[in-house]
Amino acid sequence: MRYAIPLVVLAVLIGFFAVGLNRDPRLLPSPLIGKAAPAFDLPVLAAPAAADTAVAAPQRLGNAAFAGKPYLVNFFASWCAGCQVEHPYLMTLARQGVVTLVGVDYKDAQADVSQWLAARGNPYAPILVDLDGRAGIDFGVYGVPETFLVGADGRVLHKHVGPLTPEAFEHDFKPLLGAGS
Amino acid sequence: MIPELGHFALILALGIAFLQTVAPLLGYQRRDAKLLAFAGSAAQAQFFCIAFAYACLTIAFINTDFSVAYVAQNAHTDLPMIYRVSAVWGAHEGSLLLWMLMLSGWTFAVSVFNRRIPAELSALVIAVLGVISTGLLLFMLLTSNPFERLFPVPLQGRDLNPLLQDFGLAIHPPTLYMGYVGFSVAFAFAVAALITGKLDAAWARWTRPWTTTAWMFLTLGITLGSWWAYNELGWGGWWFWDPVENASFMPWLAGTALIHSLAVTEKRGLLKSWTVLLAILTFSLSLLGTFLVRSGVLVSVHAFASDPARGLFILIFMALVTGSALTLYAWRAPKLATVGELHLFSREGLLLLNNVFLVVACAAILVGTLYPLVIDALKLGKISVGPPYFNAVFLPLMVPLFVLVGFGAVVPWKKGRAGETWQRLKMPALFAVAFAIVVPLALHGRAALLAVTGGLLGAWTIVAAAQDVSRRIRAKPSFAAGLASVPRASWGMTLAHAGLGVWALGVAFVISYGYEKDVRLAPNARTEIGDFSFGFVGATEAKGPNFIAQQGEVTIERGDHSVTTLYPQKRFYPSQRNVMTESAVDATLLRDLYVSLGEGFEDGSWSLRIYVKPMIRLIWLGGVLMFLGGCLAASDRRYRLAKAADRRLAVDGGTQAA
Repeated sequence: MRYAIPLVVLAVLIGFFAVGLNRDPRLLPSPLIGKAAPAFDLPVLAAPAAADTAVAAPQRLGNAAFAGKPYLVNFFASWCAGCQVEHPYLMTLARQGVVTLVGVDYKDAQADVSQWLAARGNPYAPILVDLDGRAGIDFGVYGVPETFLVGADGRVLHKHVGPLTPEAFEHDFKPLLGAGS
Repeated sequence: MIPELGHFALILALGIAFLQTVAPLLGYQRRDAKLLAFAGSAAQAQFFCIAFAYACLTIAFINTDFSVAYVAQNAHTDLPMIYRVSAVWGAHEGSLLLWMLMLSGWTFAVSVFNRRIPAELSALVIAVLGVISTGLLLFMLLTSNPFERLFPVPLQGRDLNPLLQDFGLAIHPPTLYMGYVGFSVAFAFAVAALITGKLDAAWARWTRPWTTTAWMFLTLGITLGSWWAYNELGWGGWWFWDPVENASFMPWLAGTALIHSLAVTEKRGLLKSWTVLLAILTFSLSLLGTFLVRSGVLVSVHAFASDPARGLFILIFMALVTGSALTLYAWRAPKLATVGELHLFSREGLLLLNNVFLVVACAAILVGTLYPLVIDALKLGKISVGPPYFNAVFLPLMVPLFVLVGFGAVVPWKKGRAGETWQRLKMPALFAVAFAIVVPLALHGRAALLAVTGGLLGAWTIVAAAQDVSRRIRAKPSFAAGLASVPRASWGMTLAHAGLGVWALGVAFVISYGYEKDVRLAPNARTEIGDFSFGFVGATEAKGPNFIAQQGEVTIERGDHSVTTLYPQKRFYPSQRNVMTESAVDATLLRDLYVSLGEGFEDGSWSLRIYVKPMIRLIWLGGVLMFLGGCLAASDRRYRLAKAADRRLAVDGGTQAA
């Protein structure tokens, strides 16, 4: 019987590998999921030709300003290549108007970002400026771009790392839009 | 045209590999000598097909034929010739072809050097190797064809990953694969022994040189990899406990255990089923390494562009190969009963202990490597296991192992005597203690605990290892006659054990007395590290064949005199838009001075990473000594003599039968 032990060990290992194959070790789930979004209170960027002017321009905006409706928090920067990749899709999303898009300009000079958006178009309703990256730390941002879905009740429902794609939005974000209200 | 020929050769090789598997098995069952003899011819034909395919891919690289997708992804017209040849194994498909070339090469070697082995056994060994070949060729043709065409043909290729454009890396994978794949021969011998049920001293003697050869290549491959990581990754370390490093280290530990248990099986006829199990495990761990690198189940700096479909294929393949071998083991191993008793204080007893430590160390590393995967699969969260775990489990296991090495070479087979052992080892022990106290103090002025421990174990291992050779020499009337009487196997063992000691010295001194410093230096500023003063002159632009570099100039002084000037580079490869750090190292046996460039600032200052690494060369020197020891042991005269004797026996047997 003891001669069969190696075989049993192998079977267990193979089982784990089979499960492991379908999981991405690079995925890092956010511990914030299901919890209230971190409190933020950030200065608003004087946006060139904002897509949605409904939110008039007070100097600073915090969580309270967005309560009651789900919204996306998109951390981006003009120096980030991935942000250029997702930008056209964000423009599409903004045109469709399915969800409020809050841009957080992450560790980036205001002039650079204004120029960047002027050249490409501005998909964001408000753009908040996180120059020292404090809000980024609160949200647990590893690198830009990262996108969080915050529900109407202020809880984080989903986090997406890397450029936002139509597939990811349809698959991971859309089903959650109705939740948390 | 040439790529199609290569593709066709692979398909042909698959057919041959299938026959190479089936014919000998049928031959064994029907006791048909002709079918058995077919194994060797098939192995040779398969080798030529694969060598041909390999040559076709190399030609495509040399001609930068971008109509081949794999070439377009991994070559560039500016790529220097040596890296065009090494780019063949720079990514998944080609490295798999290299794997196959090695496997068929080993099989070819078995078919050539098999005259002293009974036809039945050699045919079965080749058949088992044929199973592995068939699986890997199917894998390559179905999921990873290196000859796939690309249309429209791009004008320029995407170039070889600049990380891989280094001489160390050009030769690291082939040597590593030689080792990995070489263990397939030991595996095949083990499975063949389980099939025939015949496992005796002769079997162990046939298996030993194959195992030692594979082991020495793996040793060299790992050493080269460590050297490459040190030179090219710019982190100044030599081992990171990365999952893929672990994947190469686990078969090494198991293979080392196997070499030693094979010695017991040959000399004493003991530990038979254990030896067979180790042979199966060693190769299975090599397969596991292949799986981990190519399936993307673990995060690693080494991972190839991974693809779950490929992962699934290798997983099924691994399950079939290892699973059927272990099933056979569960069924047949109980019959490999051992006769004779084993005293713990004898060479075989100490070798058994050595096996326990090696296998436990291997298991500890396996657990640490797979733990994140298991936790994730059980949905218990995401974790990673880092160097603190590995150092904490691995190093304590090495201490008794090093102590054992000294005894292993001195204590005789069957039964050792404490008094005699003490007589032989008291001088080495005394020397080791003196060395461990004096050398750290003399070189560095303070005795760190780790350096003393490492010095003690390292010196002990080296001096005790020499006991075997010195005893043989003293047994003869003259030194010259004595020297001539020492068999190569003894030299091999001594050298390999000394290499282990040298390695331990290097590790202990690097960790104890190394300095690391990250500084930002303006041009003409200086910084002091240890006894050395590093002056940053400035950085200028330099051009290479396929890159543009910022080249820093760093002058190093010790006391009042200049030591050397180093030129570290930050290279930009336009073809891949990739930035690489090329560190500059001034190396002597006693210390390395290592400088790499970090970021440049607008005022002309740079962040620099500066290391002073005492004795780090000994780590790789140890690896090279182990490799050389393996060379000597594998080429021992005994195996060739035995070959002649066995042949005579076979001829006599043949005449009698006729």
